[in-house]
Amino acid sequence: MPDSVRLTVNGTGVEVPAGAMVSTAVALADVSAYRRSVSGEPRGPLCGMGICFECRVTIDGRAHCRSCQVVCRPGMEVRTDG
Amino acid sequence: MGNSFDVAIAGGGIVGAACAEECAASGLKVAVVEPGPIGGGATAAGMGHIVVMDDSPAQIALTNYSRSLWMARASEFPPDVEFVATGTLWVAADEEEMAEVRRKLGVYHSIGVRASVLDASELAKEEPNLRPGLAGALLVPDDGVVYPPCAARYQLERARQNGAVLRIGEAAASLSGEGIKLRDGTLISAGITVNATGAWAPELTPGIEVRKRKGHLVITDRYPGWVRHQLVELGYLKSAHSTTEDSVAFNVQPRKTGQLLIGSSRQFGVEYGAIDHHMLTRMLRRAQEYMPGLADLSAIRSWTGFRAATPDKLPLIGPCPGNERLYLATGHEGLGITTSMATGKLVADLILRRTPAIPAEPYLPGRKQEAHA
Amino acid sequence: MADREFDVVVVGAGPAGLTAACRAAECGKHVAMLDDNPLPGGQIWRGASKEAAAWMRRAERLGVEWMAGARVFDAPEPQRLAVETFEGECRIGYRSLILATGARERFLPFPGWTLPNVMGAGGLQALAKSGLPIAGKRVVIAGSGPLLLAVARYMKTHAADVRLIAEQASQGAVTRFALRCPPRKLLQAIGLRAGLVGIPYRTGCWPVSAQGKDRLESVTLRCGDRTWTEACDCLACGFGLIPNLELAELLGCRLSQSGVDVDEFQETSEAGIFAAGEATGIGGLELSLVEGEIAGCAAGGNTDGAKALFGARSSHQRFAKALEEAFALRAELRDLPRPETFVCRCEDVTFERVRACSNWREAKLHTRCGMGPCQGRICGGAVEFLLGWRVESVRPPVLPARVGSMSR
Repeated sequence: MPDSVRLTVNGTGVEVPAGAMVSTAVALADVSAYRRSVSGEPRGPLCGMGICFECRVTIDGRAHCRSCQVVCRPGMEVRTDG
Repeated sequence: MGNSFDVAIAGGGIVGAACAEECAASGLKVAVVEPGPIGGGATAAGMGHIVVMDDSPAQIALTNYSRSLWMARASEFPPDVEFVATGTLWVAADEEEMAEVRRKLGVYHSIGVRASVLDASELAKEEPNLRPGLAGALLVPDDGVVYPPCAARYQLERARQNGAVLRIGEAAASLSGEGIKLRDGTLISAGITVNATGAWAPELTPGIEVRKRKGHLVITDRYPGWVRHQLVELGYLKSAHSTTEDSVAFNVQPRKTGQLLIGSSRQFGVEYGAIDHHMLTRMLRRAQEYMPGLADLSAIRSWTGFRAATPDKLPLIGPCPGNERLYLATGHEGLGITTSMATGKLVADLILRRTPAIPAEPYLPGRKQEAHA
Repeated sequence: MADREFDVVVVGAGPAGLTAACRAAECGKHVAMLDDNPLPGGQIWRGASKEAAAWMRRAERLGVEWMAGARVFDAPEPQRLAVETFEGECRIGYRSLILATGARERFLPFPGWTLPNVMGAGGLQALAKSGLPIAGKRVVIAGSGPLLLAVARYMKTHAADVRLIAEQASQGAVTRFALRCPPRKLLQAIGLRAGLVGIPYRTGCWPVSAQGKDRLESVTLRCGDRTWTEACDCLACGFGLIPNLELAELLGCRLSQSGVDVDEFQETSEAGIFAAGEATGIGGLELSLVEGEIAGCAAGGNTDGAKALFGARSSHQRFAKALEEAFALRAELRDLPRPETFVCRCEDVTFERVRACSNWREAKLHTRCGMGPCQGRICGGAVEFLLGWRVESVRPPVLPARVGSMSR
């Protein structure tokens, strides 16, 4: 099994350790606004355990995925709302 | 200020609120009694569509009149009322339904309601997430959507500004021509008492022909632009029309937030509010038949509500036969939000003996109700 | 995904779930263990935890079926769960069910709490264990409970620059708690504390606001009369734990003041449904392990095995009580949110709008507070403390699920 995984965040390539969550990839891409709230505030992960829904991003075209609960896979395309 | 009013209204839902607002604006001394949060019954459970519906001449007259009242006030509402003129698309699945679309076009035009027919490709352009292969649709552009609990709250606030007394958190124990008796024995005495308690109306006025008709709804996360209009299948009318069977019909509505409301279902004879999974599944499958992409959308909550249904599909608005001081404003089935405004007007008109904008006879309690199968 | 049938289904693969699954399997039962997370261990054993690994090996040897990334979103029929994963969904049937759904942090709103890089205390640790880079980051840890120390130790071990630990409980409360700890736990705490030499641990101290343009830049704290501002990169802030009760509620289990109501065999008010761990009331790791074992034995039919653990459970319950009393939240925390501070983050509802309502139901209907994707998991905990409201009303899906999954 490879030690690292390559994926893209907003079109930029990112490399993460194998087993890391998508939330890590977004942070490593230096994105702090994972999504925009309904009134436009930048938001990032809060609870780290899948219940706050603040870390939601679009993964391979599917919206509203909790990035803290999804393991990075090679070639994943992650888009933030930022 | 004692406990004596011109009008005492039991029920602080959208219908009670509209009655309170109109009566107070007309100079009447109004009291409203509501045990739960304002708009906590069917008002909170339904979709919140404002739609001209042509199941019968009396229904189209009432919905058209009421819709025009909503439209006239569109710019007045605060943001939390979320009024948007999304328009309705009555979707035709085949040529037989397209013939029905064209018939409806005639009906709407005959009463001055703007409507047009979209063919298959125009429909696909308007709503790309509808499945290919549909025949077309009737577009009724001035229909809208609203967030009903906040609309009810707004109207009750306006009533209060005109001197209405709101007794929220208190429950009516009984109604009579004398007024509303509360659970603690207090009598809110009034010249006229109005039963606007929706599905609970027969509990307070025994013998009236209002039955609970359960419905389910699902709301999704935000997908702005995924659906632009209120979408309804033509079969919706058949589903609403039936007085016996459980049924579902495709009905999807966008909220201003970009969330989608997915309905609709109808059941008689069920009193509990828990989700009926077989109905929920039927309803969601029907919806996916029209919009297959719904399958992948994230649903965040489901719930149920009880419509107040009458045998002839028209609401009961006006005095009870044999008790001129006790009014009904109930039985609106799936059109409570739409026809609340007109109901308020009619109730005030009847109390003040003003000439109503549309004839009140078809909705009077005590009319002969033939159940249409 | 194919539908499956099991004798015993365990929801939650944290300490209580792991022990429950193993003990039930030891009785010869066909057991499945599910968790929303991709790896077992729950929160406290998240990441490369030796303890979790040991229990997992035991579970594997016993033939426990492990379903990762599986979230239970509904109970559509008796003895049947609807489960969704990233790829698909299935229905899982059970004869007995063990709810080991654990706990989440209680978040309290204060100005600036919605800035990126303000996280829970357990939240920051969970994210760091999932790979979030923290080396060299300036971290302030605040809120309440022994969790703060555990998080501080983790941060320090991973080269974060922990500026301060701010515990809202008073020094007296913390000292009394330490004295009520059984010796082993006290030594643990002292060891923890020793490992944190150089990091200020202030009691009677709490955050009053967070500042920053697009992300956190500083935190303002209060301690007695003193108020000061710390520049920092992360604020790890959690005010204790609250049990995850949504699935139990959906299943009709009776709830007590502290969590799911269970009898001495960890059985709930619903026959055949058991609950163990933090879901039955916050009590810490050792209590969760014992409760899990009791539930697993009971569900597996091993009454003697269960009874043998009653004594251990009692002693851990005393610790749980001490915990609850020591770290009770102080009244000043109710004054933290300003009128314009968001209480509901999903729907951006301000404190002012929420408190104008009379109860939770009214707030949901009139402001949409609690009606977003988290369905009140974050704002509910806040509102219970700030306004004393009872927060309830679970509807399916318990966690968001695809429309397709709901219409099987």
